[in-house]
Amino acid sequence: MNQETILDINDLRTSFLVDGFEVKAVDGVSFKLPKGKTIGIVGESGSGKSITAMSILQLLDKPGKIMGGEINFKGRDLTKLSEKEIRDIRGNEISMIFQEPMTSLNPVYTIGQQIRETLKVHQGLDKQRGTKKAIELLTLVGIPSPEQRVKQYPHELSGGMRQRVMIAMALACNPELLIADEPTTALDVTIQAQILELIKDLQSELGMSVIMITHDMGVVAETCDYVAVMYGGKVVEYQDVKSIFKSPKHPYTVGLLNSIPRHDTDVDELEPIKGNVPSPKDMPEGCRFAPRCPFATELCTQELPTLDTQADGGEVRCWIYTDRWDGDPEVNVRESKRTAESE
Amino acid sequence: MFQFIVRRLIQLIPVLLGVTIIVFSLMHLTPGNPAQIIAGESAPKETIEQIENRLGLNDPIPVQYFHFLKDAVMLDFGTSWRTSLPVSQELAPKFWVTLELAVYSTIFSIFLGLIAGIISAVRQYSIADVGIMLVALFGLSMPNFWFGLMLMQWFSLQLGWLPPTGWGSPQQIILPVITLGTMGAAVIARMTRSSMLDVISQDYIRTARAKGLKERVVIYRHALKNALIPVVTVIGLQFGSLLAGAVLTETVFAINGMGKLMVDRILARDFPVVQASVLIIAVVFVFVNLIVDISYKFLNKRINMD
Amino acid sequence: MSQKELLKVNNLKQHFPIKGGFLGRTVNHVKAVDDVTFDIYEGETLSVVGESGCGKSTTGRAILRLDEPTDGSIEFDGVDLLALNKREMRKKRKDLQVIFQDPYASLNPRQTVAQILMEAMAIQKAVPKAKRRERAIELLETVGLNADQIDRYPHEFSGGQRQRIGIARALSVDPKLIICDEAVSALDVSVQAQVLNLLKKLQKEFNLTFLFIAHDLGVVRHISDRIIVMYLGKIVEIADKKSLFENPQHPYTKALLSSIPTPDPEVKKERIILKGDVPSPINPPQGCRFHTRCPFATDICRQEAPALRNLDNMKEGHRAACHHIEKIAAEQ
Repeated sequence: MNQETILDINDLRTSFLVDGFEVKAVDGVSFKLPKGKTIGIVGESGSGKSITAMSILQLLDKPGKIMGGEINFKGRDLTKLSEKEIRDIRGNEISMIFQEPMTSLNPVYTIGQQIRETLKVHQGLDKQRGTKKAIELLTLVGIPSPEQRVKQYPHELSGGMRQRVMIAMALACNPELLIADEPTTALDVTIQAQILELIKDLQSELGMSVIMITHDMGVVAETCDYVAVMYGGKVVEYQDVKSIFKSPKHPYTVGLLNSIPRHDTDVDELEPIKGNVPSPKDMPEGCRFAPRCPFATELCTQELPTLDTQADGGEVRCWIYTDRWDGDPEVNVRESKRTAESE
Repeated sequence: MFQFIVRRLIQLIPVLLGVTIIVFSLMHLTPGNPAQIIAGESAPKETIEQIENRLGLNDPIPVQYFHFLKDAVMLDFGTSWRTSLPVSQELAPKFWVTLELAVYSTIFSIFLGLIAGIISAVRQYSIADVGIMLVALFGLSMPNFWFGLMLMQWFSLQLGWLPPTGWGSPQQIILPVITLGTMGAAVIARMTRSSMLDVISQDYIRTARAKGLKERVVIYRHALKNALIPVVTVIGLQFGSLLAGAVLTETVFAINGMGKLMVDRILARDFPVVQASVLIIAVVFVFVNLIVDISYKFLNKRINMD
Repeated sequence: MSQKELLKVNNLKQHFPIKGGFLGRTVNHVKAVDDVTFDIYEGETLSVVGESGCGKSTTGRAILRLDEPTDGSIEFDGVDLLALNKREMRKKRKDLQVIFQDPYASLNPRQTVAQILMEAMAIQKAVPKAKRRERAIELLETVGLNADQIDRYPHEFSGGQRQRIGIARALSVDPKLIICDEAVSALDVSVQAQVLNLLKKLQKEFNLTFLFIAHDLGVVRHISDRIIVMYLGKIVEIADKKSLFENPQHPYTKALLSSIPTPDPEVKKERIILKGDVPSPINPPQGCRFHTRCPFATDICRQEAPALRNLDNMKEGHRAACHHIEKIAAEQ
């Protein structure tokens, strides 16, 4: 794995300051993304996956603030940049697409105006050249009759078409990194297939690196090279995509995979994780997953494990894989037949 | 678009008919015989009957209404019972004064309200925001005749900076416009703030930031245009209530406008003048609303950015 | 399995008028559900799947008479629901319960769990007054909540727990049929699995019949006995679960199944990517509604609407509405 790294996030911490309290939404996240590859960040609601994505471009909503850590992009730490410097990167070197295509475009401007705006800010294209480029981009993302579409308003387009427009806009300045935050969650499954295919094609054509934020393990399996599983504001496991499905290490990853109702095989009974997803306002002490983990020991509830690299190259944040493990030494996290208490 | 405007214009017909009926009945239901007032307290009965006949006051009410409506459609409002001048001739100069007052006050409201509202929204919960909203609350709850008197007291009588009464010179315009426009400014500021806050949290604002636009561009180009849509409605409604508020302001500052004229002529039972005035105000109000509706439709989609 | 039909839906149509024009006349109709016929057998789970705008939720609402259907008949347990007056229908709702996607929106925030459950029992006079609280506690335990949570308010629960309260409320009147309208769609995967398991367990325990409306085919495969696939207001395929997933006949069903991302990177499958978007239900395409996106469409598809039919290569009860089933099967 001797590849150039395009993004190296180290101990990122992002909090929301609400009524004087610090809610740690992202709490020490680290991962690397090799150039030209796709990393999936998976997790359930409140895991901090979207906040991690927003932190990279510093697009956090109001009380949100990066409290520490580094975001190294091509050798520069983005957290140290001035407002103007980060603006020059947004939409230019790093672009982003979002979950809700229906509301992510400004309703009062035409598609063409919105694409041209990006081209004007970063490349100084005038209206005529901007329109030409916008039509090229719409063609690239597979929108039929782009000459007419540039004159249309967002409400005249379907959800799938709008997401294509968002992608066209994101690609306007040939970004090196595309951050896709749940890009297909709001779309129907046949449209999702179109959009995922489009992102994959464009990636191989343009050599972009992609961060794919999602809750859908199916999307991860089909689009990603590496996977970071997040839980309670922390990365609990990081592996290449094949290993994470073949030999998941963290009990949470195992639980997540066992919870998915599969459309391609029959499962008698799902094996859910007991309990509920914790809220960032009320994070358990010790390992964040301990209260829901079938293997948790006293050590787990008291002390937080670190994210350690294993012999096979994967990284996992779990006491089971350390010398200090005080539970059953023969424990096998992939063994089924765990009973969920709140069943 | 054309069809939309035509449809709205046709819909105005029943509204205006309703207005004329209400105006007409109100005047005729108020106690006091106009003929008696015109002729004077001690006039002989024959004189009063003569006047009644001349003015058509003995006709059945629906007939009177029909005459009034027929003439009004031809823009003939008859002659004043008090001065015997054609109503249009009496009204025209006063109407322009009131219109001027209302237009200046609206401009003042919009200018102040928008700026205050935007600052408040962009810097939510800051001292500026809290301050602006307090002042706005004050502006909203203050009766404008009292506010007018206070302004007059400070700036005219104590400081002597501005003339206390009259209309025409730039100095004379300032106090009435502030008096009349403050409430509108407060309403617009509050509306702009809540509308901006709503828009700023929209997904497309995040998209705009993600493009690498300057915050100023995000606010003014992407947020404001969307936020203005509900504000425009409020501005339209404000203009209507300004016309009504003008009555009090004109009285306080002794401005010879339509408001003052109306008050005088109601007391004198000069039906033609009052009816015409109310009708004009109603028509202006209805048309301003029509313009608001049209601009609303316009703003909603087709704004040119380049 | 000699089965009794609990619900028979015949030629159901639900057209919503679109107002517009000069005087707000009805200028057109949204044909949300257009001539749909199916039965639900007692004790089974029948799922209705499809993409947005296919009419699956509208079908559910029509059965509950939340919207009055335009045409057709709905027979529940031998009674024609559309012939009932309002009062009779209200009584009938005791047997027909519904669970919605957003449990929070359907629970009164000012009522405690006990009040919510007891109110439902009171409306239908399902349980004598003295026993209602006792029954409420029992229900909570049935759905996997603790008895001591009974006096709490909905906002004190998480999404999954609220959905359990919604289920408890539906159960409180001993219904025969529960319509689950995207009941697990809003939940996180780990919690969704809990609720799915719970629904399965309850079905066995209380002999419930489910009409399960969903867009997630993984969920549908897990919970259903039979499945209906809808497209633009019409049923395109209906089959038992095994046949539908392993031997799909309609090209839309095939495309739908192949579109779902598989949570296994080692599986390489052939993907059928449909072109374009679902057309508007206001003026749906003539003939077969799927022809605008179908790779097999020919002239007949553009002219004639296909009927649901069963062929030799299909199991009994498996029917699909496509002119070219034989041709497509022969090609593969």
